[in-house]
Amino acid sequence: MTAGSAAGIEVRALRKRFADVGVTALEEISMSIAPGEFVSVLGPSGCGKSTLLRCIAGLEMPSSGSIRVNGAEVSGPPEGLGMVFQRDALLDWRNVADNLMLPIDFRRGDRAMARARAASLLAMTGLQGFESAYPAQLSGGMRQRVAICRALVDDPVLLLMDEPFGALDALTRDQMNVELQRMWLAEHKTVMFVTHSITEAIFLGDRVVVFTPRPGRIAEVIEVGLPRPRRLAVRSSETFNAYASRIRTLFEGMGLLKEEA
Amino acid sequence: MGRSWHGGAMAAGVLVAAFAAWEIGVRAFRVKPIVLPPPSAVFAEFFSAPGWYLGHAWYTLLVTLAGFALAVVLGVALAVLIVESRLMEKSVYALIIGLNSVPKVAVAPLFVIWLGTDAEPKIAIAFLIAVFAIVIDAVLGLKSVPPDILDLARALRGGRLATLWRIRFPCALPSLFAGMKVAISLALVGAIVGEFVSSQRGLGYVILAAQGNFDTARVFAAILVLAVMGVALFWLIAWLERLAIPWHASQKVHLPTP
Ligand SMILES: Nc1ncnc2c1ncn2[C@@H]1O[C@H](COP(=O)(O)OP(=O)(O)OP(=O)(O)O)[C@@H](O)[C@H]1O
Ligand SMILES: [Mg+2]
Repeated sequence: MTAGSAAGIEVRALRKRFADVGVTALEEISMSIAPGEFVSVLGPSGCGKSTLLRCIAGLEMPSSGSIRVNGAEVSGPPEGLGMVFQRDALLDWRNVADNLMLPIDFRRGDRAMARARAASLLAMTGLQGFESAYPAQLSGGMRQRVAICRALVDDPVLLLMDEPFGALDALTRDQMNVELQRMWLAEHKTVMFVTHSITEAIFLGDRVVVFTPRPGRIAEVIEVGLPRPRRLAVRSSETFNAYASRIRTLFEGMGLLKEEA
Repeated sequence: MGRSWHGGAMAAGVLVAAFAAWEIGVRAFRVKPIVLPPPSAVFAEFFSAPGWYLGHAWYTLLVTLAGFALAVVLGVALAVLIVESRLMEKSVYALIIGLNSVPKVAVAPLFVIWLGTDAEPKIAIAFLIAVFAIVIDAVLGLKSVPPDILDLARALRGGRLATLWRIRFPCALPSLFAGMKVAISLALVGAIVGEFVSSQRGLGYVILAAQGNFDTARVFAAILVLAVMGVALFWLIAWLERLAIPWHASQKVHLPTP
């Protein structure tokens, strides 16, 4: 895997069961993600979205089925992986700048070479000036933005993001959507993006994968045909709303969205 | 800054008041000096031979620091083995928890038999008394890494050693410092016990010898020096803690203004 390239993902008949608690989180998941594709994952809470991401990241072993990243069977975290965890997983003892250097430190890379990219990521996420702040001194949304910068700083070929914007206010969230799209357009990394927001999923994704309640199966895969770069205003367009209502109908069909008691 | 100065002034005030009450009480009730000498007599005793006292204090200090340093180095090493190996955890850690409840003072005479009457047995006792606090708190700290952070380390393909060094150690520091604050006081206790058992030097020896002569003022003078030493050692660790973990919630941090 060379830096700058992107990774493809093949998931075949993936099943994940947590035997100790007797929970089947994922059932019969098959999907392929092309190199450089942006895939949004949408589904009710507890349906196994995080579990799927963790399986692809090699942090969790499938109970059956197989996962290949760039053609190689996943048996542990693949090279060139950038991951944003649902909770930010910042290191309390490192300030913002040093938190960003963790991926570099772990592969014994050259910090000096990574500084420029770190600085531009911090600027992009509105965090310039906070380089020497410790995580305890940041708001929840700021912490999450630091975690996103950290996932991106080492120029990953595969980006797994688990509700990265969950703790952000609506405005910052929109801004981050725009920035993430801009960066993706420039670098075309393979991105798997878990979110609870239907709007966000459509706005960012080439495809939106909708999950059923647990055990999570793929209910439907929706190709988003909106041209890029997408502007925020596209979200009030007719085509956009058609996608959104299709997803809402899916959720209603699962009994997740009821208007009458 | 102003706050800690304020706290220091308060503590000094309380101390002066306590000494005054002691002095007045001893005089008012005509307590025999052999039972409880007034602080004025204790200070007079100390200042009659300050160099002699400080010489013995120096010896006790060196023994304490040597025992403490050994306890930190070996205690942390043992904690790492316990955390990194299931087998060690099941065997050694269980043993250590059990041994911790054995009164370590009772084995002090053994060390004299094994190591002679020089500084070594005293250092050994200081070490033995202090090391448990280090091991137990270091294990606690090394295991306190949130699961998310361990996942992150794995996702970044961090090896065992890198994870230990870059994740577990820093995460363990607050707990380790808590253990060190306890251990430094315990090391001092160990040094004194060692000097009680057999010695011609150190504040423990001074106390024991003075007791033989019913020289209560000298006993108190030695205890006073010990008290000052104990407090100073504690503050030394607290100071190191501030330097080492400025990020921790126990250290008040202020937002840098960007
Ligand atoms: N390590 C684990 N051990 C046992 N059960 C687990 C484990 N991880 C997840 N589960 C279970 O698997 C199911 C799916 O969890 P997962 O975290 O993947 O859901 P999710 O779709 O990410 O939910 P949310 O949107 O709320 O984050 C849940 O029922 C959860 O209890
Ligand atoms: Mg989740």
